[in-house]
Amino acid sequence: MNSSPPAFTAVLTGNPNCGKTALFNALTGLRAKVGNYAGVTVERKEGALLGAAPGHPVTVLDLPGTYSLSPQSLDEQIARDVLFRRVPGVPEPALVIVVADASNLQRNLYYATQVIELGYPTFLALNMVDVARQNGHTVDPAALSRALGVPVFPMVASEGEGVGTLQEAVHRFAAQPGSHRVIPREFNELPEQFGREAQAIEQRLETLFPHRERLAAAEALLLLGDDPVLNSHREIYPEPLVAAVTAARTRLESAGVDWRSAAIEARYARVFAIAQHVTTETLSEGESFSDRLDRLLTHRIWGLVIFVALMALMFQGIFSVAQWPMDALDAGVGWLADRVSTALGPGDLQDLLANGVIKGVGAVIVFLPQICLLFLFIALLEDTGYMARAAFLMDRLMSRVGLHGKSFIPMLSSFACAIPGIMATRTIESPKDRLVTILVAPLMSCSARLPVYTVLIAACIPQTRVLGFLGLPGLTLLGMYLLGIVGALGMAWLFKRTLLRGEPPPLILELPPYKRPVPRVMLRHMWDRAKLFLRRAGTVILGINILLWFLATYPRQPELDTAFDARLLTLVQPSDPAVRTPAEAAARVQAWRAQPDRAALVEAADALNHEQSGERLRGSFAGRLGHAIEPLIRPLGFDWKIGIGLVASFAAREVFVSTMSVVYNVGEVDAGDAAGTASLVEVLQAERRPDGTPVYTLLTGLTLMVFYVFAMQCVSTVAVVRRETNGWKWPLFQLAYMTALAWVLAFLTYQIGRWMAG
Amino acid sequence: MSQPLSSLTPGSRAVVAEILIPPQHRARLLEMGLLVGTPIELIRFAPLGDPVEIKVRGYHLSLRRHEAEQVMVR
Ligand SMILES: Nc1nc2c(ncn2[C@@H]2O[C@H](COP(=O)(O)OP(=O)(O)O)[C@@H](O)[C@H]2O)c(=O)[nH]1
Repeated sequence: MNSSPPAFTAVLTGNPNCGKTALFNALTGLRAKVGNYAGVTVERKEGALLGAAPGHPVTVLDLPGTYSLSPQSLDEQIARDVLFRRVPGVPEPALVIVVADASNLQRNLYYATQVIELGYPTFLALNMVDVARQNGHTVDPAALSRALGVPVFPMVASEGEGVGTLQEAVHRFAAQPGSHRVIPREFNELPEQFGREAQAIEQRLETLFPHRERLAAAEALLLLGDDPVLNSHREIYPEPLVAAVTAARTRLESAGVDWRSAAIEARYARVFAIAQHVTTETLSEGESFSDRLDRLLTHRIWGLVIFVALMALMFQGIFSVAQWPMDALDAGVGWLADRVSTALGPGDLQDLLANGVIKGVGAVIVFLPQICLLFLFIALLEDTGYMARAAFLMDRLMSRVGLHGKSFIPMLSSFACAIPGIMATRTIESPKDRLVTILVAPLMSCSARLPVYTVLIAACIPQTRVLGFLGLPGLTLLGMYLLGIVGALGMAWLFKRTLLRGEPPPLILELPPYKRPVPRVMLRHMWDRAKLFLRRAGTVILGINILLWFLATYPRQPELDTAFDARLLTLVQPSDPAVRTPAEAAARVQAWRAQPDRAALVEAADALNHEQSGERLRGSFAGRLGHAIEPLIRPLGFDWKIGIGLVASFAAREVFVSTMSVVYNVGEVDAGDAAGTASLVEVLQAERRPDGTPVYTLLTGLTLMVFYVFAMQCVSTVAVVRRETNGWKWPLFQLAYMTALAWVLAFLTYQIGRWMAG
Repeated sequence: MSQPLSSLTPGSRAVVAEILIPPQHRARLLEMGLLVGTPIELIRFAPLGDPVEIKVRGYHLSLRRHEAEQVMVR
């Protein structure tokens, strides 16, 4: 890749929901490279344009969706800055492809004309012509092309229709970039005085930034009319220029020209005329399918009922549908561990690979089906357009805690994983609201908590039915998710009232028409996110597991082993005096498993074995660590073994499950029958305190789960928050407040539970 | 005679007469195409009473009541 000549870069830009992603996928064949822009976590998506002739590669760079060149959010700012060539590491666009939604022509042309004025060679992808036709608008591409002065390509990007023509045109253009002369154009008849002031600023810009001379006219217009731009870019615009712009605004104001709206109004006037000219109405305006669907889905009663039902369905599905692939994966992991054990023979390496690596990582991988299902569901909500309705329905509730409906979407995504959720906050305009959303998003129960809940629920929650059809386990799970939501909203309320006070800017939320989702694309979304999870399993979680195995295995304790060997011999020898060594004794016990009359003896040997593992663990590094933190967690009813789990899952919470299987040595208890979670649950249920009462009672289970709902146990999230907030202050604050909250609430749960139990 | 957008009933149409939203919050609304003289239709209020959904320039846009009260229509 690196040896190819500098690629020709075509930039894809357009309004949100115009089908830009669909077009990008069609142009690049779903082989995008996803990265970040330097210094910010705005997703940078690029891919090679399909159908390139050898030696003439074309790179397509997909910019975040934006409504205008006066950005209101971080996402939009990146889009503008790339077009203004202010982003380091991004090559100058050789061609700009503006995507415009034909069914929403005026607003899309507002942005398209802004981009055309920038003076790049520009193509217009007129997308969604099918939707426009259904709604009774026929747009004439030739007339539009004449009006705009750029080539227009009508298409249905989601079906790939018309994409080929655009693709060929791009290749032809890339082969001969000189072939297309750009005629500078402007799409607004400005009030005369405004035009004169803009021109004066344009001249200043030309001398200030000679390398961006071509952009000066457009930039002058934006500088004059866009309120925040001057203040937020002091490092770009020198003081004399700022003073000149401010003076020009004052002059306009005294002349009675509203500099904030003049350019916008002038452009809309022009865009309206163009849209009228190129559109033929074939139907009288009626109710579209999407409108009828909305009547139901945002209905006063049914809308809410359906919303709640969808959420319930999602969680029910995660539990029931995912069950059989999980069982299959589980069996596969057990089989593999057995194979490796047999192949290697006893020893440290066998133990490390079978118990530390395979069982440990396997215990997490088993949850892949549940996680895929969750991601699939979220992709479905996003791609159909329901997500925006969810924000619409929930805005009122969110406003109670001082946030927008827009914050609802990152929070909902955080059910899958806080990382995409936190990245989705980039569409929130107000920096304070964005920060609050980032701070509370990890309280939403992410998919990594699911394994923890699943195991604890199976071990601690009785299979009772409530109201005849609802299982107590499912209800508990729902309860934990609800607890996370309540916690997140509560903390948001608190933060908005204390640390991050401030009026949010007005909510301006587009409700795009519903779209039939494309399964291939949804699966793709699901897979992209599942891959992140797998990568984590292969890196962070693998690393933690190896470390953990080491901590749980060392230091070796030869005296302890000798003592237990002696006890095993005393146990076995009375029945078979021929046995001389501990290894022989162990082999004899194995052989007796098949003989029912020896059951009592085998059981005694197993108990001994279990005791030995326990003693070994107690003396290991991990055991010492667990003991060290025991005073901290005893008020929560946790013992030192749970302590090991808590310490281990500090970096990634799903590690709790694999830790428990290392801690309780699940692999050795009953190799052969259903491995993994099932056996882990049995071991947890069999676990006793020194006084003989079970460790994993209903109350312990609940307390532990409450702790996991609130605790921040995820290094990746901490890293992302650091990047998103540009510093350590907020991630450390978040870590501190969540850990404190988790402890206090777990403490309350345990103490109140004990008090209620009498 | 003008009235706030929020006082329209679902299904009724009007034309924007004046926008009273403070200037620093007005820009995006204007860029979304809600200008003086623009015809709009009030589609519905959200189930919990807020926000409102309007149709403007052929697409659906949602605003809070608070802002809708500051958009005068006739
Ligand atoms: N009917 C129709 N749907 C489309 C077309 N292009 C994209 N879509 C769908 O519109 C929705 C939003 O598209 P997407 O590419 O995600 O929009 P983006 O926000 O601009 O990236 C998706 O469900 C697409 O499948 C089109 O030309 N016709």
